[in-house]
Amino acid sequence: MDFALNHEQQLVVETVRAFVESELYPLEAEVERTGVVPPELGREIQAKVKALGFYAPNIPEEWGGGGLDHLTFTLVERELGRAAMALTVWWGRPSNILCACNDEQKQRYLLPCVAGERIDCLAITEPGAGSDARNLATVARRDGSDWVLNGSKHFISHADIADFAIVFAATGEDATAKGPRKRITCFLIDRDTAGFEVRPGYATVSHRGYHNSVLSFDDCRVPAAQMLGDEGQGLEIMNTWLYATRLTVAAMSVGRARRVFDLTAEWAATRRQFGRPIGEFQGTGFKLADMITEIDAADWLTLAAAWALDQDLPANREIASAKLYATEMLGRATDNAVQVFGGMGLVDEMPIERFWRDARVERIWDGTSEIQRHIIARAILREHGE
Amino acid sequence: MKVLVPVKRVIDANVKVRVKADQTGVELTNVKMAMNPFCEIAVEEAVRMKEAGTATEVIVVSAGAQQAQETIRTGLAMGADRGILILSEASLEPLAVAKLLKAVVEKESADMVLMGKQAIDGDNNQTGQMLAALLGWPQGTFVSKIEKADGGLKVTREVDGGLENVALKLPAVVTVDLRLNQPRYASLPNIMKAKKKQIDTMTPEDLGVDASPRLTVLKVVEPPARKAGVKVADVAELIDKLKNEAKVI
Repeated sequence: MDFALNHEQQLVVETVRAFVESELYPLEAEVERTGVVPPELGREIQAKVKALGFYAPNIPEEWGGGGLDHLTFTLVERELGRAAMALTVWWGRPSNILCACNDEQKQRYLLPCVAGERIDCLAITEPGAGSDARNLATVARRDGSDWVLNGSKHFISHADIADFAIVFAATGEDATAKGPRKRITCFLIDRDTAGFEVRPGYATVSHRGYHNSVLSFDDCRVPAAQMLGDEGQGLEIMNTWLYATRLTVAAMSVGRARRVFDLTAEWAATRRQFGRPIGEFQGTGFKLADMITEIDAADWLTLAAAWALDQDLPANREIASAKLYATEMLGRATDNAVQVFGGMGLVDEMPIERFWRDARVERIWDGTSEIQRHIIARAILREHGE
Repeated sequence: MKVLVPVKRVIDANVKVRVKADQTGVELTNVKMAMNPFCEIAVEEAVRMKEAGTATEVIVVSAGAQQAQETIRTGLAMGADRGILILSEASLEPLAVAKLLKAVVEKESADMVLMGKQAIDGDNNQTGQMLAALLGWPQGTFVSKIEKADGGLKVTREVDGGLENVALKLPAVVTVDLRLNQPRYASLPNIMKAKKKQIDTMTPEDLGVDASPRLTVLKVVEPPARKAGVKVADVAELIDKLKNEAKVI
C-alpha cells in the first residue's frame, strides 16, 4: 500500500495550487464585494488555464482534454476548491456527460467546450424535482421530427455564462408494475433557441458571484438532432456520466477546509490573550486538533473513492461517504474557524465568514447529506439483506 | 548552444526552518522540499532561450540524494530537455559541487552554465563563481537581464550601486538574480512529458571527482530571539540614550 502521490500528481497539485494562490486569491475580495466576475476577467482566467494545458482536464485526450484519471482530477478539484467558485468556474471542466454525444454533437458541443469556445451548464433541478429526477415536470413533446419543450428549471449553476444547457425533460410515461413511470430524456439546448430563456436566479448566501439561474421553456422547439442519447435514456446517461461528480464537491470541500485550517492555525499561534497564544488554551488547541484530523480523514476518504473509480471497483457507496463526510466536515471546520477568530471571524474584511457561508451549500447541492446517507444505507442493506 | 542548468533541492521557501535538537543541522524529516527559487529562475531563462532559438538543448543537472531526481523532473516539466543526477548521499560543499559541475560541463561540451546566484538553504553564493574559476570561463553574476550579443552575451548585473552592464564571451557562467524573470507554471502536457524524458545518473566517482567535505560544521543554532525595546518618556531622553548608551550620535 502506497499513500504517496507520484511525481506527476505532485506537480499537478503544486501547479494548480500556485495558480490558484497567485492568480485567483487576489481577485476574490472584489468578487465578494461586487458579486460579479466581469466576463473579460473570466475570459482572461480561461486563456491562462488554456495556455497551461489544464483546461478541460477531465475530458479524455482523444477529445482534446487533459485525460486525467479520476484520482489526479480529484486532486485538481481539491486545489481549485481553495478559491472562490465564481473564479474557478472559468477553469473549464465541461460536464462528462458530453462524452455521450454522437459524432456530430461532439463537433458542435464537446469539442468547443474542451477548446473553451463554448460553456455548458447542467439543467436537472426544478421547483418540484431535485434528487427525485424521475419526477421532472418539464416535458418535451414530439412534433413531426422536432421536440417541443415546456417547463422550467431553477438553481441552474452558471447558466448565466453558458452557451447551451444540458436539459432533462419527460418525454412520456410508461406503464410499469409499480404504476406509470416517466420517460426521462436529455436534450442539448442552445442559448439562442426561440422559447428558451435564462433569467437571474436567487441571491444566496453561498458562493457570491457564482450565480444560479432560472431556465424557462415556452414551446421551445428543437430538432431531434439535439437529443443526447436515445429517448427515455436520460436517467441512464445521468447515472453513467454524472455519478462521480459528487466526488468533486467532496474534493473542493477538502481543499477549502485546508485553506481555512492554515489561516486558523496561524491565527491561533499568533493571536495572544492573557500573555500567550490562544492556541495554547485547550479550548482552541483542541479545535485545531479536531479540524486537522477530520480534514485528513475527509481527504483520504475522497482520494480512496477516486482511486476505486480508477480501479473499476464499486465506488457508489464510497463516493457518497466522501461527499457526506467532507461537506459536513467543512461545515464544522468553518464554524470552528469563526469561533477561533472570534469577532474577526465575522467581519467581511476577513475571508473567514465567507468560507463559513460558502460551506453551507456543499451539504445541499449534488445530493443532500440525507440523499448520500440514503445511498450509503441502501448499499449496506443490499449487501446484508437476502 | 547547449545550456546546462544546475538545480538544487532545498527546503521549500514557505516552510519555517527548525534547528535539530542536537545542533548538527536543520530538521529535514517530513519537511516539504522544492527547487531552490533562484534555480527556478535559471531554468525559466534557459527554456525561454530555447523557445527563442538561442539555446538548442537545455540540460538540468542536480547533485544530491536520490530525491533530487524530483527536482530535476520539475525542471523537465518546465520545459528542459533532459536531466543528469549526480548521486551523492553525503552532503556536498560548494567547491565539491563546482568540481562535479565542471566535470559534467566538459563531458557534455556545454556552451553556457545558467544557474541561481545562491541556494536559499546554505546562502553560500559560491558555486557559480568557483565553477567559472575552475573552468577558466568568464562569469556574469547577480544577473537581471541576458541578451545575446555578437559572439557572446550582454548581461545586466544587480550591484550595490545600481545596474552594471557586462559583455561576456562564450562559453560563460551566468548566475541569476530574482528580477530576471517570473518562472512559469508547469503546463499539464509538460508535466506528463517530463516522465518520459531521460535522466542519466552518475556518481562523483564516475566523474573522477573527490567530493569529500573540507569543512566541519561545529554547531547550528537558532538566531537569538529579538529582545523587546524600551519606551522613552520624551525626546530629551531619546537623544540622551542615543548619545550615551547607543553612542550613535
